[in-house]
Amino acid sequence: MRSSARLRRALPLAVLSPSLLVIAVGVYGFIAFTIVVSFTRAKMFPNWDWVGLRQYPRLFGNSRWETAVDNMLVFGSLYILASSVLGLAMAILLDQKIRAEGVLRTIYLYPLALSFIVTGVVWQWILNPGLGIQKMVRSWGFETFELRWITDPDLAIYCIVLAGVWQVAGFSMAMFLSGLRGMNEEVVSAARIDGAPMWRIYQRVIIPALRPVFLTAFVVQAHLAIKSYDLVVALTQGGPGLATQLPSTFMYSTTFTRNDMGLGAASAVMMLLAVAAIMVPYLYSELRAERPAS
Amino acid sequence: MHHLFTRTAAAALVGTVIAALSVGAAHAQEEQVEVLHWWTSGGEAAAVKVLQEDLQTQGVGWQDMAVAGGGGDAARTALKARVAAGDAPAAAQMLGMAVREWAEEGGLGDLSAVAEEQDWEGVLPTAIKEFAKSGDAWVAAPVNIHRPHWVWANPEVLAKVGLDAAPATWEEFDAAAEKLMAEGIVPLAHGGQPWQDATIWDAVVLGVGGADFYKQAILEADEEALTSDTMKSVFDRMRTLRGYVDPNFSGRDWNLATAMVMNGEAAMQIMGDWAKGEIVAADMEPGVDILCTMAPGTEGTFLFNTDFFAMFEVGEDKQEAQNKLASSIVAPAFQETFNLTKGSIPANTEVSDENFDACGKKSMADLKSAEADGTLMGSLAHGHGQPAAVQAAYIDVITEHFNSDMSSDEAVQKLAESVADATF
Amino acid sequence: MSAGAPFPESVPRRVLDADAVDTLVRRRARSHRIGRWVIHALLLILAAFFLMPLVVMVMTSLKSMPEIRTGTLLSLPQAPNLDAWRSAWSEACISISCEGLSGNFVNSFIIVIPSVVLSVGFGALNGYVLTKWRFPGANFVFGLLLFGCFIPFQIVLIPMASTLGFLGLSGSYAGLVLVHFVYGISFTTLFFRNFYVSVPDDLMKSAKIDGAGFWAIFVRILLPLSWPIVIVSVIWQFTNVWNDFLFGVSFAAGDAQPVTVALNNLVNTSTGVKLYNVDMAGAVIAALPTILVYVVAGRYFMRGLMSGAVKG
Repeated sequence: MRSSARLRRALPLAVLSPSLLVIAVGVYGFIAFTIVVSFTRAKMFPNWDWVGLRQYPRLFGNSRWETAVDNMLVFGSLYILASSVLGLAMAILLDQKIRAEGVLRTIYLYPLALSFIVTGVVWQWILNPGLGIQKMVRSWGFETFELRWITDPDLAIYCIVLAGVWQVAGFSMAMFLSGLRGMNEEVVSAARIDGAPMWRIYQRVIIPALRPVFLTAFVVQAHLAIKSYDLVVALTQGGPGLATQLPSTFMYSTTFTRNDMGLGAASAVMMLLAVAAIMVPYLYSELRAERPAS
Repeated sequence: MHHLFTRTAAAALVGTVIAALSVGAAHAQEEQVEVLHWWTSGGEAAAVKVLQEDLQTQGVGWQDMAVAGGGGDAARTALKARVAAGDAPAAAQMLGMAVREWAEEGGLGDLSAVAEEQDWEGVLPTAIKEFAKSGDAWVAAPVNIHRPHWVWANPEVLAKVGLDAAPATWEEFDAAAEKLMAEGIVPLAHGGQPWQDATIWDAVVLGVGGADFYKQAILEADEEALTSDTMKSVFDRMRTLRGYVDPNFSGRDWNLATAMVMNGEAAMQIMGDWAKGEIVAADMEPGVDILCTMAPGTEGTFLFNTDFFAMFEVGEDKQEAQNKLASSIVAPAFQETFNLTKGSIPANTEVSDENFDACGKKSMADLKSAEADGTLMGSLAHGHGQPAAVQAAYIDVITEHFNSDMSSDEAVQKLAESVADATF
Repeated sequence: MSAGAPFPESVPRRVLDADAVDTLVRRRARSHRIGRWVIHALLLILAAFFLMPLVVMVMTSLKSMPEIRTGTLLSLPQAPNLDAWRSAWSEACISISCEGLSGNFVNSFIIVIPSVVLSVGFGALNGYVLTKWRFPGANFVFGLLLFGCFIPFQIVLIPMASTLGFLGLSGSYAGLVLVHFVYGISFTTLFFRNFYVSVPDDLMKSAKIDGAGFWAIFVRILLPLSWPIVIVSVIWQFTNVWNDFLFGVSFAAGDAQPVTVALNNLVNTSTGVKLYNVDMAGAVIAALPTILVYVVAGRYFMRGLMSGAVKG
């Protein structure tokens, strides 16, 4: 009896162990590896040419990194804001008992099915002044119409926001819609009976109730923004010039194209710190607040 | 319901295992070389196929590992992953400086046996030998020689402004550009990608400063040369050229710029001889329908870039096949066929120029005289001037300057700093 | 919901007579109709925005190259044909083999199916263990597992390559499946765990009293309930693994490359004419399985989300 009880207690951990093992190696092990490499002067491959912290001031003084971080702040905040707002708006609109809801929902969701590469290639074409929207509108007679953001170093980043939001807003919408549907109907009807206009109800009752969904949406979108690599590469290749570099493209090009793995590792560590800064507090509050259902 | 699920899942798993195993089994037969390259389409893929068929006749199977894009960017990553896994391919395409960097890492094989047999020492130009060798060992087989500083000009368009040849000096270029712009023609067709900006910059450094300046400023990365007045005039010239390109240049692919010259929208393009492929594909004849001359001031000098196949150290069982690959690459027959298709000229100087077009013939003749004069030098923009980190440091500044209104003084300052940081 | 009354008590309640009610109702009805119109118009505009790129892709793939060069983005194909599709599927020359994307399409399935099965299977088990067989530190372990969702993939390429080489899995399907398992297990565990958390423990308790063990409870009680979340996880994992490029290009041997790598090879010519119609046809082909998954199973995706998969 006793051995089987011990077995029973060991079983859950045994079941978890494959996952724990691969995460220990594939996530934490590799993060540790990256941190170590950032303390060396690794070039094409890791080497153990120790230089302490010297890669970090080198990183912070690098103008490409500066551009990348600036872009990340602009892109990240716009991306999260725009896809949340758009997602919420679409969810509210769809929640109005529309007959074609199923079809519309699929239309809003399908971009998520596309790979970043496909999204980038298509949007690059659409935004290209000589091939895409500008050419089309001009052919309709508006000879002076201009849409050349993608060729402008200052505006190109907004093209990436546009394509990114296009891809992810549907997911945002799905989360908000499920939040709206899961809401307590009684409070809303009570408010309506009171005679308040619908938009007031949304403003004072419904949107605040969606707070947990905002949080999850923020987390998912923040992590997508930090990971954005394929999209930038496919859409602008980091250009024009270096105007749309993001930390992820910086890390990749520094490590793999410029054979400067030590600096690349330092930038990777900074990326991980940024991710941790967002995720760890969120995870902590998530898991603390939860009391097991029993 | 979940019985179905479990059974389907089990079937999928079993099927996968069998498929995976069988893929492994299929390759145990003939001699094989695995080759990594990025020539995945058009004339380049056709050229690779020539090599594959050549090897086939020698009983060597070709395991293709093709990764397109970005001038080999994704391919470089794939190669690094394979080497990190201890599973290097037999051969990988790379440019000169990359061969050198890989040789320093160690892990490249030795082709000396093949080199002796085919007298590589005798038939390859000096500058190419310097890249193909690491110390005394031969580590890579060169396939071709490209020349990046051509001017491709549309003679009909030039005739419109009374010119019968492309400008040979920068003063003539400016004069021509004024006239062209008055006619509403774009003087310089350009694609705004960093490597294209750098291609022009190489030509300008060589044209404005001469061969010795190029050596100091680029091949030696000498700080004095980088901050000199000559370098400032290089950036001045780049600024002028920026005024000669059309507003849509940003991000444009190079072949679309060539198309602009071919259809008369623009007069000239500064681009390498791979542009011949586009010209031929449009049923035009290089040298006749589209003129080929050297970029202003660069006549008599020869910047080059070469595609090498670097050979990795492989087990004894693969050595034979690898040697056959190397010897096939340098053999005159393949050199001729490949380069006729690709638009470059053979690395093997024994190949006759008979079948090449006018531009190719000129290139081969210029190669011989530059070799004699010592003005055969590696191109920075195309991976033969400096290792990757330093090259990127140059290109960062070049492209930033071109795409902004940075002053020449600022540019040379930034250039010196950028290069210094890259040699950390 | 949020604490406190939604509205201040001072909102007047109006007492209305019959005529006033009538006018009010009619005015409300009209504004209601206008409101409905506005809502529908907005939804349609949004639908157009979301559909446009797909429409462009499909229309371009049905045109011929001269037509593409002279026409514009949304000009209708004049003589729609499937040549580009045939080429992309079975004829286009990608490097030295001229067999289009079909072979790589199969490769993608070989990679995706085991990856999905493994990560969803283990994700379910992990979720089960973390919520129903609580042990001290279960939440902490869950947190540890979760961080795997957030790691940028470029960082792990080199060390993973060394690891795969060490395990003798370099260049094989199994190696790539393992990699996708490693970076998918965090998501699937998240989905299942959040789902099972809201399954009441009473169900389990009665089963335990009846003598059911670890596996019996899982298979007979939890799994039958889990279909919404299984579908969400399968959709998510299928999409992510199918669309992956970075791991595919780094860890797959030449003839085992997934369709994303092949598509990149097709589209990215460093010289030579770009055949936009073939490129677009190839892009649609590469995207078809995932689009189909979303179209067919999208409804279940919504249902799964509503049952608490990604709740805050």
